Amino acid sequence: MRGHGVSWGRLPGAAQQLLPVRSRHDALPDLPSMLPWGNGRSYGDSCRNDGGVLLDARALDRYIAFDPATGVIDVEAGVLLSAIIDLALPNGWFLSVTPGTRAVTVGGAIANDVHGKNHHRAGSFGHHVLGFELLRSDGTVLPCSPTENPEWFAATIGGLGLTGLIRRARLQLKRVAGPWLRGDSQRFGSLAEYIAIAAASERDWEYTVAWLDCSAAGRRLGRGIFMRANHAPAPAAGAAPPAPRGSLRLPFTPPLSAVNGLSLRLFNTLYFHRPAAAARDALWHYRPYFYPLDAIGDWNRMYGPQGFYQYQCVVPQADAERVLTEMLQRIAASGLGSFLVVLKTFGDHAARGLLSFPRPGVTLAVDFPNRGARTLALLDALDALTRSAGGAVYPAKDARMSAAAFQQYFPQWQAFARHVDPKFTSSFWRRVTGSTTQ
Amino acid sequence: MRRILIMGATSAIAEATAREFAARGAALFLVGRNADRLAAIADDLRLRGAVQVDTHLMDARELTRYPQLVDAATQCLGGLDTALIAHGTLSDQPAAQASIEVLLDELQVNALSHMALCTELGNRFEAQGHGCIAVISSVAGDRGRQSNYVYGAAKAAVSAFTSGLRQRLHSKGVHVLTIKPGFVDTPMTAAFRKGPLWATPATVAKAIVGAIQRGTPVLYTPWFWWPIMQIIRNIPEAIFRRLKL
Ligand SMILES: Cc1cc2nc3c(=O)[nH]c(=O)nc-3n(C[C@H](O)[C@H](O)[C@H](O)COP(=O)(O)OP(=O)(O)OC[C@H]3O[C@@H](n4cnc5c(N)ncnc54)[C@H](O)[C@@H]3O)c2cc1C
Ligand SMILES: NC(=O)c1ccc[n+]([C@@H]2O[C@H](COP(=O)([O-])OP(=O)(O)OC[C@H]3O[C@@H](n4cnc5c(N)ncnc54)[C@H](OP(=O)(O)O)[C@@H]3O)[C@@H](O)[C@H]2O)c1
Repeated sequence: MRGHGVSWGRLPGAAQQLLPVRSRHDALPDLPSMLPWGNGRSYGDSCRNDGGVLLDARALDRYIAFDPATGVIDVEAGVLLSAIIDLALPNGWFLSVTPGTRAVTVGGAIANDVHGKNHHRAGSFGHHVLGFELLRSDGTVLPCSPTENPEWFAATIGGLGLTGLIRRARLQLKRVAGPWLRGDSQRFGSLAEYIAIAAASERDWEYTVAWLDCSAAGRRLGRGIFMRANHAPAPAAGAAPPAPRGSLRLPFTPPLSAVNGLSLRLFNTLYFHRPAAAARDALWHYRPYFYPLDAIGDWNRMYGPQGFYQYQCVVPQADAERVLTEMLQRIAASGLGSFLVVLKTFGDHAARGLLSFPRPGVTLAVDFPNRGARTLALLDALDALTRSAGGAVYPAKDARMSAAAFQQYFPQWQAFARHVDPKFTSSFWRRVTGSTTQ
Repeated sequence: MRRILIMGATSAIAEATAREFAARGAALFLVGRNADRLAAIADDLRLRGAVQVDTHLMDARELTRYPQLVDAATQCLGGLDTALIAHGTLSDQPAAQASIEVLLDELQVNALSHMALCTELGNRFEAQGHGCIAVISSVAGDRGRQSNYVYGAAKAAVSAFTSGLRQRLHSKGVHVLTIKPGFVDTPMTAAFRKGPLWATPATVAKAIVGAIQRGTPVLYTPWFWWPIMQIIRNIPEAIFRRLKL
């Protein structure tokens, strides 16, 4: 497959060979350079292996067992989160943690220890993994759980696919009343206001997240919309909005990025001022609530053939206002930012993985069309701020952080490295372990 | 509730089709030669809604065992309404043109086994006065090409055989469906470069279930293979024999 097609950011890169893994009972091929591949929803190069082989795990898509009484589900690692919802929701169960797209595999969700809008309540995906089976290239099969092979469990959660192939996993789902969520949204005028609302909402709201207007500058800098919700029982008959159907898709890649300064300002201003931005009592179906972008297939193509970067960092709460303000100023001044800027406050559950990204603090995620050196320089400047604040950058979104930055963000990387399968590697891993100088 | 026998149930196309049936609450009898894979597929299909799933181990080349197989399926499911025959191998053309032994083996797995099972099923369904036999042939059987004429010849045999069987059983209330997929992205074709003509097993599966329900005689899937094959079939031999297809 063409290199840019295997990861969500579609950055140009070497072609990759995709080798399907057909059955969870098959042995791994005998090859020197392999990396499991889920559904390519990571943005950068953590799901790429330039010059090597990607073990395409999507065909490992079988349910194994599901107990509607306890909400424990056993699945092969290529099962998509959407397939879990399809089976579990009619029985009153939902994912304990879900990222912003349901088109990711269970293996991918474990390997990045993904987080959702309920991090302050539920922690990350790894907190709900009861166990999994890891296949190493030497043929060893390691059953892993918090009590069995716990060091392999900790290395593989957030382990970026490097510790072996996850063949199957057992997850604890959470009880819900049905597909509906009830909540509200409100505008805020500054980062300080955001931080206060987020803190005040944590106790009563399971899901909290904010959208930020990254084209706003000066007095308006840091304005946005805060959204919060809880699972809710079905509304009275006739009161429910219709469940969303069908979806659009971008069928081709425009020759130039459709994301530019003008389209950005327009979108952000309209979004900020739309009436739904301040809704007292809103009812959402889970699909538009959790997965608004899944309604537009292949939306990542709108950035054109050069692709795009996403920068997601977390900075400790104490410095968040100052550091994020400086970041937003730089982004606004550069004119290189994008439609999607998301802000979320993580809770303080200690993550289970040696390389897990979530940690206490405020996390910011911004997309940047790839404009070459200018974009990279801006991202390096953001990294300098993240580093000085003692924060971290999310590997699932990254394609460019330096080895020095990675090693500062993930001080356990050497303990982790001992668990890397000798035949497994990724473009990301080679980069961030390459050199310790900047 | 449909009671369905699937021969070659570990095939990607068969598995995708079985999921469609499971979602409709069918009872399934899965036949294949790999016990682990069959068991994994059976567990999955139960969770997808199949009311009953049984598995049976057999190599398709054991031609004399088909009467026993159909007995077992009928007994397990308490009757049989539908069969999908999906097993096959993409013959190694250079090997098959170099060795008669390989050639015969290919014809056994890709043609004779289908004919044997169709014969058994045809007679039973004729006797019971209803039933559907769906057999996966291929567009490759529509015209022999130098790159894979051994596989093509086996598929041509299956297409001709099922065409005759269809005529014979039509008045007896039995539906015979010849399925001709184009390029499908499955383990069989893992080594090929994929392009816009390629379909997923899920797409093909939906078309197969639709054709079984509607009583379609011959299914080209995806549909655009029908016009493509009309053209390929009508190229005069004087030209065709010079092409590198
Ligand atoms: C629109 C959108 C919204 C998103 N929102 C969020 C969000 O809110 N929170 C968040 O945390 N992330 C988010 N993400 C990122 C996404 O959840 C992660 O990148 C996820 O890991 C992608 O899973 P995947 O199945 O596509 O795996 P890939 O991206 O293909 O692979 C991810 C990693 O998993 C490894 N891997 C895959 N399968 C296996 C396996 N079977 N065994 C071992 N390793 C394996 C790979 O080697 C790779 O290192 C979002 C992405 C998109 C596109
Ligand atoms: N893929 C395409 O592009 C395409 C196009 C046209 C037609 N077809 C036809 O579609 C059908 C399904 O193929 P597929 O694409 O789904 O490929 P597949 O996934 O490779 O399936 C082939 C199946 O045949 C089984 N099989 C092979 N030899 C067997 C034997 N001797 N005994 C029992 N089972 C045997 C295999 O079993 P194991 O799992 O045990 O190996 C496997 O389940 C085949 O008839 C194929 O010719 C495919």
